[in-house]
Amino acid sequence: MSRIVHQSQTHDSAALHVSGRARYADDIALPGNALHVAFGMSTVAHGRIKFLDLSAVRSAAGVVQVFAAANIPGHNNYGPVLHDDPIFATDEIQFYGQPIFAVAAHSFDAARRAAKLAHIDYETLPALLNIADALAAESQVLPTETLRHGEPESALAAALHRLTGTVAIGGQDHFYLEGQIAIALPQENGGVLIHSSTQHPSEVQHLVAHALGRHSHDVVVQCRRMGGAFGGKESQPALFACVAAIVATATRLPAKVRVDRDADMVMTGKRHDFSAEYDVGFDAQGRIGGLSLMLASRCGYSADLSGPVNDRAMFHADNCYYLENVQIVSHRCKTHTVSNTAFRGFGGPQGMMAIEAVVDDIARYLQLDPLAVRRANFYGIDERNVTPYKMPVEDNLVHRIVDQLCASSDYAARRAEIAEFNASSPVIKRGIALTPVKFGISFTATQYNQAGALVQVYTDGSVLLNHGGTEMGQGLFTKVAQVVAEEFGIALDQVRVSATDTSKVPNTSPTAASSGSDLNGKAAQAAAQTIRERLAAFAAEAYQVAPAEVVFADGEVRMPGHTLKFAALVHQAYMARVSLSSTGYYRTPKIHYDRKTFSGRPFYYFAWGAAVAEVAIDTLTGENRMLRVDILHDVGKSLNPALDIGQIEGGFLQGAGWLTSEELYWSDKGELKTHAPSTYKIPAASDWPEDTRISLLQDTPNAEDTIFHSKAVGEPPLMLAISVFHALRDAVGGAAGPQAAARLTAPATPEAILHALDVPAGSTPDNFLSVENRVTA
Amino acid sequence: MRSDKTIRFVLDNTVVEAHDVAPTTTLLQYLRDTMGRCGTKEGCAEGDCGACTVVLGELDGEHIRYQAVNSCIRLMPTVDGKEVVTVESLSHANADLHPVQQAMVDHHGSQCGFCTPGFVMSLFDVYLNQPDAARQQVVDALAGNLCRCTGYRPIIDAGCSMNDYPPSAHWNRAEAQSEVRKQRLTDLQREHGLDLGGAFRAPRSLDELAQSYLQTPDALLLAGGTDIGLWVTKQLRVLPAIIYLGEVAELKQIQQTDGALEIGAAVSLSYAYTALVAHYPMLAELHRRFASPPIRNSGTLCGNLANGSPIGDSMPILIALGAVLTLRRGDEVRELALDEFYLGYQQKAWQAGEFIQSVSIPLPKSDRIVASYKISKRSDQDISAVCGGYAFDIEHGIIKSARIAYGGMAATSKRATHTEAALIGQPWSLSAIEAALPELARDYTPLSDMRASADYRLKVAQNLLKRLYLEHGDSSVSCRIGQIDGVSV
Repeated sequence: MSRIVHQSQTHDSAALHVSGRARYADDIALPGNALHVAFGMSTVAHGRIKFLDLSAVRSAAGVVQVFAAANIPGHNNYGPVLHDDPIFATDEIQFYGQPIFAVAAHSFDAARRAAKLAHIDYETLPALLNIADALAAESQVLPTETLRHGEPESALAAALHRLTGTVAIGGQDHFYLEGQIAIALPQENGGVLIHSSTQHPSEVQHLVAHALGRHSHDVVVQCRRMGGAFGGKESQPALFACVAAIVATATRLPAKVRVDRDADMVMTGKRHDFSAEYDVGFDAQGRIGGLSLMLASRCGYSADLSGPVNDRAMFHADNCYYLENVQIVSHRCKTHTVSNTAFRGFGGPQGMMAIEAVVDDIARYLQLDPLAVRRANFYGIDERNVTPYKMPVEDNLVHRIVDQLCASSDYAARRAEIAEFNASSPVIKRGIALTPVKFGISFTATQYNQAGALVQVYTDGSVLLNHGGTEMGQGLFTKVAQVVAEEFGIALDQVRVSATDTSKVPNTSPTAASSGSDLNGKAAQAAAQTIRERLAAFAAEAYQVAPAEVVFADGEVRMPGHTLKFAALVHQAYMARVSLSSTGYYRTPKIHYDRKTFSGRPFYYFAWGAAVAEVAIDTLTGENRMLRVDILHDVGKSLNPALDIGQIEGGFLQGAGWLTSEELYWSDKGELKTHAPSTYKIPAASDWPEDTRISLLQDTPNAEDTIFHSKAVGEPPLMLAISVFHALRDAVGGAAGPQAAARLTAPATPEAILHALDVPAGSTPDNFLSVENRVTA
Repeated sequence: MRSDKTIRFVLDNTVVEAHDVAPTTTLLQYLRDTMGRCGTKEGCAEGDCGACTVVLGELDGEHIRYQAVNSCIRLMPTVDGKEVVTVESLSHANADLHPVQQAMVDHHGSQCGFCTPGFVMSLFDVYLNQPDAARQQVVDALAGNLCRCTGYRPIIDAGCSMNDYPPSAHWNRAEAQSEVRKQRLTDLQREHGLDLGGAFRAPRSLDELAQSYLQTPDALLLAGGTDIGLWVTKQLRVLPAIIYLGEVAELKQIQQTDGALEIGAAVSLSYAYTALVAHYPMLAELHRRFASPPIRNSGTLCGNLANGSPIGDSMPILIALGAVLTLRRGDEVRELALDEFYLGYQQKAWQAGEFIQSVSIPLPKSDRIVASYKISKRSDQDISAVCGGYAFDIEHGIIKSARIAYGGMAATSKRATHTEAALIGQPWSLSAIEAALPELARDYTPLSDMRASADYRLKVAQNLLKRLYLEHGDSSVSCRIGQIDGVSV
């Protein structure tokens, strides 16, 4: 019996992708009377609109109608959690580039030209543009949260060594290749059909309904595929869909809202930049006794998803390390910049960056191999195995992964060889680092851990599959189709996955938190099993066998004395009036969590991995590159190894970009100056190191009952790239000492590296705030 | 021979006739909006992401030259008389994929798929033109294509294995040069240049160009359009009448005269740098890292000089080498040293109706040390934070002459005259270089912006001069992260 799951199947749209026949929202042919929309955006970071004259916009060539807050029939909001994200600013401007109005015209070009003709005067107000400003002003989008475990104060006081320091971690633009887009088509009786490039069709549906002042059943949202999303299409698409719906409803014409790249990057939220401060106490081996950690993030002007993002940063500030006595304080800073949002890892990467810096600083201070200090702090198997949020770590794979990776990457010998190289190379220095990843799988918003699916079998035996997940390139549709094909024992191409559609599967969760195949795979499996059981019961009766004797495999249905084609049985079942469609439903078991005390089991399980990165830096210019990367990553029993490797490689390089070349730069007026690929540099092909050795951890099915015992893979690999940052630290440390290493900020651009290297001899470094030795060892 | 106002190009073996097209319409807009041919994508509309990549075929003597270009900034009138190959051209059904496409499928080279058509077309350029491409050539060919999903490994693997597949019936290397294809293009060529009622003219001779521009000096000269395209797509500028240089045969020449290489104004960066690197192999890295292949295939060297951006990468080395411009106005021709051409930010020493006809670059001489170093956040396809050009003549261990120019350090690419003066006559030694470094702070007062801070720029400008010595002096210390002994990179 050949299996469909656990095999490397190509992406269901691969042939369409490579031939240009895969259809994205912008490719949908619209009637000739369709309207095209452009935004008018603010040109101050903080201020009040004193005067707004849109008459020149209205009278510009090709313009049909201009929309501002007063033209919104329902709520002027697209904020998913708090209602603090106006579709159009009314009075107060809260960031540079905030939408004030939209113009609908007969062409995109006409709309863009008209949008520039607005006459707006502002009263400029003082703007808080960064974390430091916001902390000083105690400006917050949400209250500060504190997670405590053990007795950090006394543990710090009792520690042999004590070190304090700061960590600066930059933000990141998603840079999905397909920009934000929504198309609204007016329907009868006040309804509207939306094609949205969204990870969260149901939320788009709800927010559009609110903006229109209609019910959810009046709005249908569809999404066949996105041209990349990475979290940037979780809460952000609602803005564009709401505007498209408002325009279409008011004009009774189809409306397309597609922003150009620059507007997209200026208007939409990004990964939160973080600033961390730590105070850590540890012993001679670098084992942490007590830790006080402050995390502050730039949330921008509104809450958006900043609450759960910062919660996840707190939940991942342990990474793989046992923190017996710890306090984590999390400030959610409100600034006059775009509202930051979900981005692959969702705060987890920033939390991990903080603790990895702590561990690395300890190692450099003690002059130990950072890997030795990491190992000294790993969660134990039977002891030292409870997280700060009091969840036992039950399936700890870090020891196994790190041991295996150390051996396969020849870590120890290469570290020695690099030290030798550096001693004889005055300009070029190399560095190496191994960092581990432990990432919690489940939404911390418990209600999102549910999914629905709809499976329909037609009388010719072909299967149409719908589920609540969305396809953004990760191969979710392929994986879920594999699950359904496996259940029916039919070929993969017998299952067609159609666009995600809120009118087929309602109340869906966002495709986020790496949960897509875990949730939707299980829901689709449940639906397929329901139909299969009906078919088996029918066959058992028709052919006088026991239902358990009916086997679905290889496109056939086999039972003692009889073998039929799947399609033949399906047709017979139809003729006998057996229902051939079913919904399926799944909710993640075991999870519970008390938001007030930050304790419980927020995660169903953990995904694990580790990477060894080796880099070179040029100490004259700060230029740097990866020389070799070794990765060993845990995906449980893989549903589709080729797709999982794709997620690991792509996530890793995206993370490497975050920590090296991707720098967001705002002017002192709060204007984002890096708003196109000419100025914002994601990794290019030559940044992928030729020498990469990437493996899936073998023979480790998920201990929990997940879909075919696989594990989530979307986000965790991004954090493997923390190894690149630490290899750069290692190289900087090799060139200019541990203080230089600690000074390195993320992203480690050539300039940041040169800055870190430039430590005047004997000076107090600005990152090690202080060093205290209780006892001279 | 054609002479009317319809733009004609070949697509999928048929001639497309584009009527009433505004001259600033991009090829991408025409394909997507007018033809409904949506395989080619818009990712950035500035030629930086490559999602819009198509291949253009152009008659070049007995041969059709096929090159990847960015359709998002390619103005429609400039495809007149050419062949356009898009991702849809390569196959008609899932079962009929071209080797480039099948290799991409088999290596899992697409995830979200939005960048994929562009990658396919860049690889198709390699497939046609570099049948023996090694991994490095494949990577270099992909420098202008961004992918946010895959990490590039499977795409590079696809590019390295596409020749393992049996050739397809259409768009194999022989069929791409078939007589039928050549004849079809030959039939599209015009007797007189395309003239869209004054809004766009494509003169066919240098004299015609010179007269035309003299008569309408407010017209905009268009060569590769890799900057002007952005004026249209990003700045929504209303352009004046356009005079296109791309059909002027005399300007497409590269000539080697006594001691110099003369490169005409319509020679693409790809061809210009290939010719330059043949004489100056040390400029291969600058060539490789200059923009991206699709941009280099469209943009011209003289366009880069005429544009005169303070962060243009050609100027520092050409100033250091003592390049000379040939400027033309009507029938008048004069020569001007490149370093005298730039007067200030976007100010140049030319008159109304005058244009760059060619640039003349001195050939190498013995005992001359030549180098150009580019520093940017990303190694490939990035705009320089600092770019240095150096030409030092060393005689008997003494610096006889030193020409140093930097981009990214001032409002124009500019020579470091104080530093040069401090070096001339000094021994060729690290201590002499180090002694001269403070002079760079007298030569330049760089700006801070999103690419780099003023402090970094100055420090790196100094360190690059140090690198020049370390690489060319006695010790020859390894200074390049890409060239580490014993480590495969």
